[in-house]
Amino acid sequence: MEKKTMPAFKGTKEQEEQLKAVIESHKGQEGAAIPVLHKAQEIYGYLPIEVQTMIAEGLNVPLAEIYGIVTFYTQFSLYPKGQYQISVCLGTACYVKGSGDILEKIKERLNIDVGQCTADGRFSIDATRCIGACGLAPVLTVNEDVYGRLTVDDVDGIFAKYE
Amino acid sequence: MVNLKINGQEVSVPEGYTILDAAREVGINIPTLCYLKDINQIGACRMCLVEVKGARALQAACVYPVAEGIEVFTNSEKARNARRTTLELILSNHERKCLTCIRNRNCELQSLAEELGVDNIRFEGENTKYEIDDESTSLVRDNSKCILCRRCIAACDNQGISVISCVNRGFSTEVAASFGKSMSEVGCIYCGQCIVSCPVGALYEKNDIPKVQRAIDNPEKHVVVQTAPAVRAALGEEFGLPMGTPVTGKMVAALRRLGFDKVFDTDTAADVTIMEEGTEFIERFTKQEKLPLITSCSPGWVKYCEHYYPEFIDNLSSAKSPMEIFGAIIKSYYAEKSGIDKENIYSVAIMPCTSKKFEAARPEHSSSGSQDIDASLTTRELARMIKQAGINFAELPDEEFDQPFGMATGAGVIFGTTGGVMEAAIRTVYEILEKKPLDDLNVTAVRGLDGIKEAALKIAGKDVKVAVAHGTKNASILLDKVKAGEHYDFIEIMACPGGCINGGGQPVVDSKTRAKVNFKAERAKALYSEDEASTLRKSHENPYVQALYKEYFGEPCSHKAHELLHTHYTKRSKY
Ligand code: SF4
Ligand code: SF4
Ligand code: SF4
Ligand code: FES
Ligand code: FES
Repeated sequence: MEKKTMPAFKGTKEQEEQLKAVIESHKGQEGAAIPVLHKAQEIYGYLPIEVQTMIAEGLNVPLAEIYGIVTFYTQFSLYPKGQYQISVCLGTACYVKGSGDILEKIKERLNIDVGQCTADGRFSIDATRCIGACGLAPVLTVNEDVYGRLTVDDVDGIFAKYE
Repeated sequence: MVNLKINGQEVSVPEGYTILDAAREVGINIPTLCYLKDINQIGACRMCLVEVKGARALQAACVYPVAEGIEVFTNSEKARNARRTTLELILSNHERKCLTCIRNRNCELQSLAEELGVDNIRFEGENTKYEIDDESTSLVRDNSKCILCRRCIAACDNQGISVISCVNRGFSTEVAASFGKSMSEVGCIYCGQCIVSCPVGALYEKNDIPKVQRAIDNPEKHVVVQTAPAVRAALGEEFGLPMGTPVTGKMVAALRRLGFDKVFDTDTAADVTIMEEGTEFIERFTKQEKLPLITSCSPGWVKYCEHYYPEFIDNLSSAKSPMEIFGAIIKSYYAEKSGIDKENIYSVAIMPCTSKKFEAARPEHSSSGSQDIDASLTTRELARMIKQAGINFAELPDEEFDQPFGMATGAGVIFGTTGGVMEAAIRTVYEILEKKPLDDLNVTAVRGLDGIKEAALKIAGKDVKVAVAHGTKNASILLDKVKAGEHYDFIEIMACPGGCINGGGQPVVDSKTRAKVNFKAERAKALYSEDEASTLRKSHENPYVQALYKEYFGEPCSHKAHELLHTHYTKRSKY
């Protein structure tokens, strides 16, 4: 079966302590999983298997059920953000000017999907709604840097700056 | 009692019934898909929509409780159209390849399309593409056939295991293990309860027919087959015989016609298991150590213990399951006795079980030098082989198993149902310890379908407390009691609810039939009737088993017996 790439888990003792406290305070409550997952995502930034397993153990809920919840709600993420977070705008203005193709090209280059992060932890991809820069459409950002009026051919040049 | 009207007909049913129950009571059929009695009642698929007078929207009959005076219309135009649309939507994203589907002519979706007269699917879209998971030894999941009814998830929850769930959302929704893992990488015990709960061809056993067929077709190979007790209690269903018909003789005849060189009875090995396990029990009980002794015949249970209750591994009987005991005997004693090179023996087992495929592949089960069991087929796979060979099963004569492993006592037969191993063990342990015959051989306290059964016995002046659990959820309840300090001497556990008669490799009983008949009880009856009809009903009285010990093993739990007939277990991770 297809295995997804995933950067190594780098959780700290402090984070684990925090998560344990959250689990403890929700234990035994009906529907505890969702609030605990929210807190866990605040603590770790994402919800990898290590974190979901701790929650499953702590709340005595099957891991499969926790994973089902995480993949159902879009606010939960299975992947960390990369050192460089690439956001491609899929707002109407950008989309009609071809931001979809740009996104495809980036996905292909990094060999990951939207919402995922490369195994080395360097790049992650998001798709966003209009970021208010329609005049520059199509637009993408890498952390704080904004790139506008792009074509598919510009993608390699942008990557060159971060590699 | 609650009075209501269904399609103008007065109906009176007990409180707590759903509209679906009430309708079935008076012979009115309402189509269902996600509903599976006692397992899944979640009102998800909307196949069972009916009109309730006064209610604005159509209601799901499988979850709508009856109320005094309501009027229900199951066949109104509105209800019919809604159901049809629902079905067409399901079918529009379904890989409709019935002709090559494992469930062709035995599929609830296919039957519904016929019943509802779907002659055209108005919503043609692109089908979602899925990868097939066939990495485990036992199960295959093909989500292109899955209709998201969630019956498998409920069946797995019902086992207290819950390794599958609905993941993702919208068009990407699918039923899967977590983190894109294969079933071989999570704590799945391969009980196959999900398979027998699935209405369609999305779940099935790993197909081992080709390798068996290749061995049969190879003139060099001496192909030996053994059949577990529960198989004969259900195989007939695949050929339209009434549920609960024992088909032992026809099954033997069919196996011969398929080309197996010897047809043996796993029950003979079950008698050996009892000799070993019974002796082990007497030893532990006398020394009062590692109690409770827990049976180890059910590979689903053994795997469950290894993943979820490793602290009980020492309590597991080290005696192999009957299938593996037989496997070891065939490639040692039998090979020597009949002068056949064990390398040329191909040993096949027909089992009611999907977890047996995993048991057969365990590296520790190779006391003969190679795998003791070369292939383990399910009851369904055997039925497929019989059909493919053009054998007219219903008209076969009754034939007898081959000797020396074709004679079993009644004790070996009842292994196939919950409580059977315990009853068989008690019959033998009692007589060994008391040194006199047991008057009443029917140990009824451990029979029946209650989730956990207990009995306090008096054997040779000592109190012996036994318990029986079936279904891993009940097992976990019982084990938690043991952990909390409750004392038992001997425990039987089978992974599947009802025991092997309801194993994950047995013929699939569709939702409608399950609602009408207690199929577990019917199949169990077939085994108890065969036990009653046996002249010998105690394992230690089996003359072939006695000869086996005399000629080969010496006595139960001897050094040689330990080498060939006992095994060990491995702690496994839960995730
Ligand atoms: S699951 Fe049923 S409807 Fe679908 S292809 Fe198989 S037999 Fe046909
Ligand atoms: S085989 Fe048993 S444990 Fe595995 S998914 Fe199916 S029901 Fe659950
Ligand atoms: S695999 Fe079968 S039982 Fe499970 S949800 Fe899909 S159709 Fe239903
Ligand atoms: S649509 Fe992309 S910035 Fe507005
Ligand atoms: S909603 Fe009633 S059978 Fe599915």
